[in-house]
Amino acid sequence: MRRIAVVGASLAGVRAAQELRAQGYDGGIVLIGSEAHLPYDRPPLSKGFLAGTASAASLELLDAGDLASLALDFRLGVSATALEPSDRRVRLSDGSSVHADGVVIATGGRARTLPGFEGAFVLRTLDDAVALRAALVPGVRVAIVGAGFIGAEVASTCRSLGLDVVVLEALAAPLAPVLGASLAAVCARLHRDHGTDLRCGVQVTGLSPAGVELADGSLVPADVVVTGVGMTPATDWLAGSGVPVGNGVHTDAGLVTPLPQVVAVGDVARYGGRRHEHWTNASEQAPVAVANLLAGRTARTYEPSGYVWSDQYGGRLQLAGHPRPDDTLSFVEGDPDSSSFVATFQRDGETVGVFALNNAKLFTRLRRQTLRRPAAV
Amino acid sequence: MIRACTVDELPPGESVRIPGSPAIAVFHTEDGELYAIDDTCTHQDASLADGWLEGCFVECPLHAAMFDLRTGVPTCLPAKEPVRTYSVVVDDGVVYVEGVAREDAA
Repeated sequence: MRRIAVVGASLAGVRAAQELRAQGYDGGIVLIGSEAHLPYDRPPLSKGFLAGTASAASLELLDAGDLASLALDFRLGVSATALEPSDRRVRLSDGSSVHADGVVIATGGRARTLPGFEGAFVLRTLDDAVALRAALVPGVRVAIVGAGFIGAEVASTCRSLGLDVVVLEALAAPLAPVLGASLAAVCARLHRDHGTDLRCGVQVTGLSPAGVELADGSLVPADVVVTGVGMTPATDWLAGSGVPVGNGVHTDAGLVTPLPQVVAVGDVARYGGRRHEHWTNASEQAPVAVANLLAGRTARTYEPSGYVWSDQYGGRLQLAGHPRPDDTLSFVEGDPDSSSFVATFQRDGETVGVFALNNAKLFTRLRRQTLRRPAAV
Repeated sequence: MIRACTVDELPPGESVRIPGSPAIAVFHTEDGELYAIDDTCTHQDASLADGWLEGCFVECPLHAAMFDLRTGVPTCLPAKEPVRTYSVVVDDGVVYVEGVAREDAA
């Protein structure tokens, strides 16, 4: 291959570019990003960057040395509009196109919006974070729709800024389908302990100038409304390409699409019928997808570690493995009421997940000793 | 010199965090070597003393950046900047860390 197009310039795309070089590929790499910014890291957007303690420069994924050594041909501020495999071409929104022998799809997704909430803030990109930060002036009342990790982290940051925060969650408890009832209760407690007004089992219907309207006809007064309700995979541009899509780009277990010269990584990759929208997933997939792209076949398969973390209210939540809410939860240290604890998820006598609040050391130990490690890379 | 702990308090495979500015992490490898480095990962705020010790490398407990304890240099992303390394001495059963970073830290 003489030229590879990496479509998407966030973590997954950058890691893919780095892996191409690390695995000895010395041809051209075109890195296409729809945002005008050089690649940056997203986790701080809801935390340090939103709080004003981390600068935009501190988020950059590539320093001057990396930029020089990777020799990337950047196409920033343009998005891919079509993939034409027969012509080996990626068409771009500025009317130009890129000829490439191989393609890495790393387009991630767009923040999902709710009907009736047009104009509410979302948080996925640097520009989103800049806009939201500017709105978080002293005295504003904040309403956040969705108590997942993003919603919880934004709530936490807003509380650290001294703002009144209401979190509206449709589920009976935050993250219950992922963590189970007992850990969901811990997540709810973190909100309460820090003065966030968490309301669960709430159906929102729309936005009004005065705040958020609920299905029961009541109004939650708010000056700033943020929706944190997940993302929609960015696959529109693949229509007609022959690459199967539907809630992501469908790949095999090695992140290879039915076209051997096209692989997918990051939030957009749907492998074996599932996607993972995590920082670690985006980073860990790159070596496997790139190895298969360069091999021209699925030589390696991806084993997700399932590792996720979230920093909320000065505390750190960590999860590894692939637990289900009906797994048996055992507290290895501490209990759900402690400020620090570690619990494991058991299924059929096997440890399938580890969760910790403020105990990175024991978490890491259990993660490495009791969970099956991802395939060596 | 900063007193870290007694030798008995730091068996092989263990680590200890010395609070301070900067906080320092001291490691006792399975091979019996003692190393001290800055405790805070250069990528994002995490204590390397909480990390996974493997040979003479420690993996950050947050994002799995791996640092070489001998040089302080990260061997994989996401960390890019090295941590400082410090000399460790044992005297009369007590582990001490030289309080000043080595000038030759990579």
